[in-house]
Amino acid sequence: MKKLKDRMEFRPLLSLIIILLICGILSGGSFFKISVVEGHLYGRLLDILRNGSKYMILAIGMTMVLATGGTDISVGSVMAISGALACSIVDQRILMGLNGNVFAAIILALGAGALCGAWNGFLVAKLKVQPIVATLILMTAGRGIAQLIADGKIVTITSDAYYYISGGYILGLPFPMYIAAFMLILSLIMTKKTAFGLAVESIGVNSESARLAGIKVERNLWMIYVFCGVCAALAGLIESAGIKGADCNNCGLMIEMDGILAVAIGGTSLSGGRFSLISSIIGALVVQTITTMILAFGVAPEVIRVFKALIVIVVCLAQSPAFMAKMKGLFDKKRMVAQG
Amino acid sequence: MDQNNLLVMEHINKRFPGVVALKDVHFSLKAGEIHALLGENGAGKSTLIKVLTGVEHMDEGTVAMNGSHISIKSPLEAQKHGISTVYQEVNLCPHLTVAENIYVGREPLKFGRIDWKEINRRSRELLKGFDLDIDVTKQLDNYSVAIQQMIAIARAVDVKAKILILDEPTSSLSNTEVSKLFDIMNMLKKQGLGIVFVTHFLDQVYEVTDRITVLRNGEYVGTYHTAKLPKVELIGKMIGKEYEALANDSRSAVESNAGEEYLRLEEAGTDNISGVSFCLRRGQVSGFSGLLGSGRSEIAKLIFGADKMNSGKLFVENKEVHIKDPLDAIRSDIAFCSENRKKEGIIGELTIRENIIIALQAKRGLRKAIRYSEAQKLADHFIKELGIKTPSADQKIKNLSGGNQQKVLLARWLATDPKLLILDEPTRGIDIGAKAEIQKIVMKLAKDGMSCVFISSEMEEMLRCCSRMFVLRDKEIVAELTGDKINEAYIMNCIAGEGESKS
Amino acid sequence: MKKKLKINNISLLIAIVLLVIMYVAGANMYDRFGSISTILNLFNDNAYLIVVAVGMTFVLLTGGIDISVASTLAFTGVFSAFLLEKGWSAAVVIPLVLLVGTLVGCIQGYAIHEFNIAPFLVTLVGQFFMRGMCAVISTVSIPINNEFFKNAALKKISFVLQSGGRPKLYYYVFVALFAVLFAWYVLKFTRFGRAVYAVGSNEQSAQYMGLNVRAVKIGVYGISGFCAALGGVLFSFYTLAGYSLQNMGLELDAISSAVIGGTLLTGGVGTVIGSLVGVLIQGIIQTIVTYQNLNTWWTKVTFAGILCFFILIQRFAAVRAEKKKNS
Repeated sequence: MKKLKDRMEFRPLLSLIIILLICGILSGGSFFKISVVEGHLYGRLLDILRNGSKYMILAIGMTMVLATGGTDISVGSVMAISGALACSIVDQRILMGLNGNVFAAIILALGAGALCGAWNGFLVAKLKVQPIVATLILMTAGRGIAQLIADGKIVTITSDAYYYISGGYILGLPFPMYIAAFMLILSLIMTKKTAFGLAVESIGVNSESARLAGIKVERNLWMIYVFCGVCAALAGLIESAGIKGADCNNCGLMIEMDGILAVAIGGTSLSGGRFSLISSIIGALVVQTITTMILAFGVAPEVIRVFKALIVIVVCLAQSPAFMAKMKGLFDKKRMVAQG
Repeated sequence: MDQNNLLVMEHINKRFPGVVALKDVHFSLKAGEIHALLGENGAGKSTLIKVLTGVEHMDEGTVAMNGSHISIKSPLEAQKHGISTVYQEVNLCPHLTVAENIYVGREPLKFGRIDWKEINRRSRELLKGFDLDIDVTKQLDNYSVAIQQMIAIARAVDVKAKILILDEPTSSLSNTEVSKLFDIMNMLKKQGLGIVFVTHFLDQVYEVTDRITVLRNGEYVGTYHTAKLPKVELIGKMIGKEYEALANDSRSAVESNAGEEYLRLEEAGTDNISGVSFCLRRGQVSGFSGLLGSGRSEIAKLIFGADKMNSGKLFVENKEVHIKDPLDAIRSDIAFCSENRKKEGIIGELTIRENIIIALQAKRGLRKAIRYSEAQKLADHFIKELGIKTPSADQKIKNLSGGNQQKVLLARWLATDPKLLILDEPTRGIDIGAKAEIQKIVMKLAKDGMSCVFISSEMEEMLRCCSRMFVLRDKEIVAELTGDKINEAYIMNCIAGEGESKS
Repeated sequence: MKKKLKINNISLLIAIVLLVIMYVAGANMYDRFGSISTILNLFNDNAYLIVVAVGMTFVLLTGGIDISVASTLAFTGVFSAFLLEKGWSAAVVIPLVLLVGTLVGCIQGYAIHEFNIAPFLVTLVGQFFMRGMCAVISTVSIPINNEFFKNAALKKISFVLQSGGRPKLYYYVFVALFAVLFAWYVLKFTRFGRAVYAVGSNEQSAQYMGLNVRAVKIGVYGISGFCAALGGVLFSFYTLAGYSLQNMGLELDAISSAVIGGTLLTGGVGTVIGSLVGVLIQGIIQTIVTYQNLNTWWTKVTFAGILCFFILIQRFAAVRAEKKKNS
C-alpha cells in the first residue's frame, strides 16, 4: 500500500487543515464552537458541511468529467432547471396532476438533470463537439429553459417536505450531508468495484488507446455526462430547498467555477487522467471554508470570484509541465549566476 | 575538416527521457552535393534532422555554417539560416490554397498588402518546373498525398535555401515522380545547394547521392563516398552487430508447419481499403509487406474492427462473425498492437499493471473490476516472462523505454489469451536487444499454435519471422508468397510491380 | 476565374438563406417588420456584438476559444463608468480600457501558448477574474453622464421616408462596420492574417514552415480582448451605464455567430463576414421574439438550437470530407 504522503488525498487534506487552523486562530476559537440547539448541532463547521454539500456533490460529477479530459460548464444552468422544475411542480404551477407531490417533483427534476447530461453527452461523445462548446450551449440555453419552465418568475414555495432537503436533520447532522455522503459512496462503488474508474482514466489519458484496448469510449463518456447532470440536478434541489424557491437568474450562477476549483484543489489533472473523488470532496470543503471565511470578514460575495480565479491560476500553473520547467530554468539560471 | 564544408555538425548529443537518441554524432555537408543520411529505424536520423531544423534542441554539440557557429532555436531561425526541410509526413496546411502553402509567411506584398495575383502567378510558374499543372487557387486537401509532397518540395526549393533536407520524401511517390524529383535534385545540386537525403530505399541512394553518412543506434558509424561503398558493406554498416546477433537465430518459423485455417476475409473493405481477401492459419506468422501507405496498417485495422468494416465478410474458424468495434474483435480472441505506440497504444499516465489488464478487463466486461491481487499477479507474471525492466508494476508506463513499453503492450494482449495476434511495426524505434527479444517471442507464440500477423518496414525482420508473406501495392494484395519465394529480391520485385501478379 | 462552391461555404450560404427567409417571414407576419427601420435597428442594437464576434473569429480561426469576452466587455463598461464618474476625460478613458482589454487578452494568449494550458481553462479563469474585478469596482450599476459618451450614444443619421417611417442609424454602428472591414482586410491581405489561418489549419505545419506561431496565438487573443473592450465601449454608448452582471452568456452569442457564419471550431476556415451574418441572424430572432411578445429567453434557446443545427452541418461536412479523401 502507498504511504500516506504519496496518496492523492494528502495535499488537499493538509491544505484543508491549515486553512481551518488559520480560521480558528483568526476567529479566536469561535470558528470551532459547536452548540446543540433542540438536539441539532450548530456552528461554523456545521455551516461549512451543510453549505459545502452541494459543492461536494457537484465536485463528484465534475471530477469524473474532468478525468475524461472533458469539462461541463453547464452545471449551474442544470441546477437552475432542476430547481425551477421541482419548485414549479411542488407549487402546482405545472403538471397539476401530480398534486404537488414532492417525491415526484424530485424524481422528475433528477430526470431532467439526466436528460441535460444526456444531451451534453450526445454532443461530446457522438458529434465530437469540443466539451467546452457543447456544454456552453446548455449553459446559456439552459438558464433560458429554466426561465421558460418558471415562466420568467421567481417561484416561492411552501412545503416542509421540500425544505427538508436542505434544512432537515438526522441524528443532529444536516440532511444535505447525508445526500453528499450517499453520492460519494455510490460513486466510489461505481468507480472502484466496477472497472468504470479504469475506463474513465484511460479515456482521459488517451482515448484512442483506450478504444483500441476495447473500452467503449462513446458509451462511457455518455454515462459520465449523464451522471454529472444528475449530480448537478441534486445540487439544484438542495439550493432551491435552501432558499425555499427557484430563482432562475441566480441559482447556481457561475458555480461551475467552484466545481472545477474543487477538483483542481483536489489534485485531479484538469487535462484528464488520474482522479480521486475523496480528494475532490476535500477540495470542495476547502472552497467552502475559504468562502465562509471571506464572507465572515464582510467581503462582498461577488469579489470572492477574484480570489477563486487566482487560486485556479496557481493550481493550473503548478499542473503545467511547461511552466514548471520554465520556473526551474529560471531558478537554475539564478543559481548559476550566484555561483559564477 | 575541409574548407568547403557548407555545414558541420560536431559532437551532437541528445537525450530523451529513458533513451539516448544521439551520442557524439558528426555530420558535414558540402555545397553542391547530395548527401544520404542512412540508418535503420531508431538510428537517430530524424532526431538529427530535428536538431538541425530547430524542432528539437541538442544537449551538447556545435553546428557551424560556412565556418561560423550558429545556434538554431526554432524552425523559423533555421529558415533564416537557409535551411529548408521537407518532412516525410506532409507538413502543409490543408485548408489553405496550393499557392498559399508555397508562399505563406513570405507572401509578396504590393503597397503593403498581399499580392494574390503575384502569388498565384509565381506558384503556377514554380510548379511548372515540376511538371505539375494544377489549379493553384484550389484548397490543398483537394490533391493526393503525392502531389502535396511535390508542393512541399516546391516550397522548400523556392525559399532560396542553401541547405535542403529531404526526409523520406519518396515514400509516397510513384516511380516517375521519383525520377522527376531526382532531376530536380540534380539541378539544385548544380546550383550549389547542399542536399541531405534521408531514405529507406538503397537503390535511390546509389542513383543520386555523392556521399553517405551512416548512423546506428544514435551513434555515428562513418561517412563514405557512395561510389566506393558496395551495397552489401553499406547494409553491414547499417545493421552492424545486430545482423550477426539475429542471423544465428535461424529462420525457424519458416520451416514450421502451418495449421488449419483460423481467419478468412472475403472481399472485405472499410473507408480506407476495399476488396481484401486472404486467410490466416494457426501456428504461423504471416507477414504483410509493402511500402508505407500500401495498405498494411489498414488491413490490420480492418480485422480488428478499429476501422469499421462496411463490405465483405469475415470468418473466424469458418463461422462468419460481425466485428463492429475493437471490443468485438477482442471477444473473438483477436489482439492488435498498433504501429503508433504513443497515440494508439500506451495509456501514459496509468501504471504498468493497469496497462496490462485493461484489455482483459474490457474482454470480461466492466461490471466487475479485476481484483488487485489478480491484476498484480498477472503483471508480475508478464514482467518476468517478457523481461520487462521496471522496479515494480506501479511504475507509470510513460517512464519506460520504448522497448519495455512495447513489451507491456504485448503483455496486455497476451493477457487476453488471443488466438490471433496482429503486430503492426512492433519493433519500431526500440533498441536492438528488445527488438530481438520481441521477434523471438512472436515466433515462439506461433510455434505454440497462435496465429500471428507481423507487419514491419524492415525487410530483414520480415524475412526472419514470417513463413507466409502477403505483398501489398496501392492498397491491394498483389502476391501471396511461401517457402523459397520469400526472399528480398523477389518481394522487392512484387512491391515495385515487376513480379508476377497474384500467385 | 470561376469560383467553385466549397463545402465550407455551404454553411455560410445556408446562413444567408436563413437570414433572408426569416426576414421575409417576419415581414409577412408582422406589420412594420419589413421596413428599413428593422434592418437598421439590427445594426443599432447589435453593434457591440458584431465587434466581439469579429474578435472571436480570430481566436476560433486558430482553433482556440475565448470565453472571457463577456466579462471583459462588462468590465470595460464598469471600469469606464467608474472612471468617468471620477471626472476623467473620455479621451483618456477609452484608450485606457481598450489597452486593458488587449492586455488581458495577450496575457491569456501567453499562458495558453507558453504554458500549454487548454484555452478554455485559461479563458474560463479570465472570465471569472474579470467578473470578479467588476464586482470589486462596483456591484451596482453606475450611470454614465459624460458628454462625449452621451453624444456618441445619441448622434445618428435619420432618414425621412415618404411612407412615414423614420429609420435611423447611430454613428457608433460605423465603428462596428469599420471593425468588420478592417478585420476582413487583415485576414485576407496581411501576412499575419494568413498565418492565423495556417496555424488553425495545422499548427505543427505552420511551425515547421517557419511561421511565428507564438506571435499569432498571443496576437489573436490580444485582438479578441481588444474587440471585447471595444464592444464594451459601444455597449456603454448603447446603455449609458456600467453594470457588473451585464451580458452574461455573450461569449456563446459571439461563438455561435461565428460558427453559423461558417467558421470551423477546429480552426483554419471562416470569415468575419460570416460572423456578421451570424450576428444578424441572432438579431432577427430577437426582433421576432419581441414582435411575438414572447419571453426574451426564447431568443437564447432558439439561437442555441440553430447553433446545434450548424454544428451538425459542420460535423456532417467533416465526415464527408474524410470519406472523400480516403476513397
